[in-house]
Amino acid sequence: MVMAAQQQTVHDRLLKKNNRNAEKIERKGKIIVYGCATIIILATISITLFLMTKGLQAFVVNGVNPISFLTGLDWNPTRSEANGGPVYGALPFIFGSFAVTILSALVAAPLGVGAAIYMIEIAPSWGKRILQPVIELLVGIPSVVYGFIGLSVIVPFVRQYVGGQGFGLLAGTIVLSVMILPTVTSIATDALRTLPNGLRESSLALGATRWQTIRRVLLPAAWPMLLTAIVLGMARAFGEALAVQMVIGNARTIAESLTDPTGTLTTIITLNMGHTVQGSVDNNVLWSLGLILLVMSYIFIIIIRFLSSRRSF
Amino acid sequence: MKLKKLLLFMMLSALLVIAVACGSGDDSNDTGTDSTGGSDSENGEEATSGEAEGQLVLSGSSAIQPLMAAGAEEFMGLNAGADIQVQAGGSGQGLSQVADGSVDIGNSDVFAEEKEEIPADELVDHRVAVVGMGPAAHPGVGVEDVTSEQLIDIFTGEVTNWSELGGEDVDITLVNRPDSSGTRATFVNYALDGAEPAEGITEDSSNTVKQIISETEGAIGYLAFSYYNDDTVLPLKLDGVEQTDENVTTGEYPVWAYMHSYTNGEPEGLAKTFLDYMMSEDVQQVIVPELGYIPSTDMQVERDAEGNQTDVQ
Repeated sequence: MVMAAQQQTVHDRLLKKNNRNAEKIERKGKIIVYGCATIIILATISITLFLMTKGLQAFVVNGVNPISFLTGLDWNPTRSEANGGPVYGALPFIFGSFAVTILSALVAAPLGVGAAIYMIEIAPSWGKRILQPVIELLVGIPSVVYGFIGLSVIVPFVRQYVGGQGFGLLAGTIVLSVMILPTVTSIATDALRTLPNGLRESSLALGATRWQTIRRVLLPAAWPMLLTAIVLGMARAFGEALAVQMVIGNARTIAESLTDPTGTLTTIITLNMGHTVQGSVDNNVLWSLGLILLVMSYIFIIIIRFLSSRRSF
Repeated sequence: MKLKKLLLFMMLSALLVIAVACGSGDDSNDTGTDSTGGSDSENGEEATSGEAEGQLVLSGSSAIQPLMAAGAEEFMGLNAGADIQVQAGGSGQGLSQVADGSVDIGNSDVFAEEKEEIPADELVDHRVAVVGMGPAAHPGVGVEDVTSEQLIDIFTGEVTNWSELGGEDVDITLVNRPDSSGTRATFVNYALDGAEPAEGITEDSSNTVKQIISETEGAIGYLAFSYYNDDTVLPLKLDGVEQTDENVTTGEYPVWAYMHSYTNGEPEGLAKTFLDYMMSEDVQQVIVPELGYIPSTDMQVERDAEGNQTDVQ
């Protein structure tokens, strides 16, 4: 009898009496989730619109020629009228951003994917136990610390053993590769971990060695996800400002060699933003550089979307 | 209840995001009206009587920020009712924010007339201090004295090795500040006679510039006198004149700039009391030299926005 009564109450509580209440909670939950999603979407849209209006002002209001802005080699916003007036050619920085991004991806991609293969396929238990925390630690280090290490360790090292002034593409590449390594590694690890075990087992059952399995079966299967990992790393490298600014030298010319100082879109923005006056040409062209960065991050996202839609398992 | 609050909060933050994203520099929330109270006395003596109260927001050049912060701290110690916030961010930001009324005082190391888009005739200039700056080289270059012509040759890239100036056989490495920096503008105008510096390493912070000069053989850059507090960099004599505070005040050494505090119209209330305090003996003769600046009350020469130097009457 007592049992029956208890069962009744449990049943009531879960299903009947509070049914309306449960509906209410569900509705509330829905509102919260939808609200959050709306805020995020609105924020993205407003940031895009804001950057569009600010970034296009240099061309629309100040009459800077967009073609010469994108292809010009001279950046000199403070040149006096006597010397020919200010010129805004952002190509050195666009080139610098791409150069340092692609170079660091070239370094970080094999290292990151290699580390992921090691963690998942070769030494799954203790390899992961050591590597995982190390990589998590790398994510947690703030970029100013990377920049400072770059400035006081890597720059003198490059100057002494490679040549040049130390500041330049090479130092920037080294710092950025370490910074994007964790991004590449952790996504590559996920990619390999989510591969169905059947793939490994059938490959081994057919007589393939472990190396053959990794090389011919697992890597091709995970390829789109691995590419996604690399592109995400590149997106991070493209947008990084502080650490790069401290080691790349921030010259306004295109680097002719790895040891030449050069600048990137982000470093020129952070160097000059505070000194310029809101609404002036000098300020508006910096926003235009920001717009280029935004467009690039959209392109990176489109590439990632495209790659992940090609997942083959 | 809680949920409603949460929803309200979310909606408000969504609104905030949109407002921030869509707002532009010209929406002025006039905190200037907040600065109520304070004595209207002419001299700084009354300012220390502890009567001043209200809120004051300062922003602008990071070069003046230490002085303003120290002055504000002292002032708040003497006047318990006063609340003074000192923000850095750059001369351009300080000037545009004081012009649109979002801060009470805008600090700048250049004349407002030198920045476009700033209604300079509406702003009132208060010269709280003077800062001297000059060429600083790596101690091992073997040159201690340069002429103006030699300095221009160094910075325009005409001369590329210190041996051409009678020094050691090391290549010259230029360390610049960003295009729009006030220190760069002052150095270009008064040390290089307007000549455009050649491309080199560019860094935003004087601390980094100093570190690079001290570590790189053959490096030369320009620093404010306050950074000459050890032997890691060598201040070069310019045309035989040493870089000292005294030579600046007598007008013998030409490379210096005012630290301007601009108010929108004649200062009233707390802004006036605070600026009077900054010009008082206490601050000018104790805090200003302590932080490596030159008291503007000591100056025997003065300079206008066009750069014309005259003796103080």
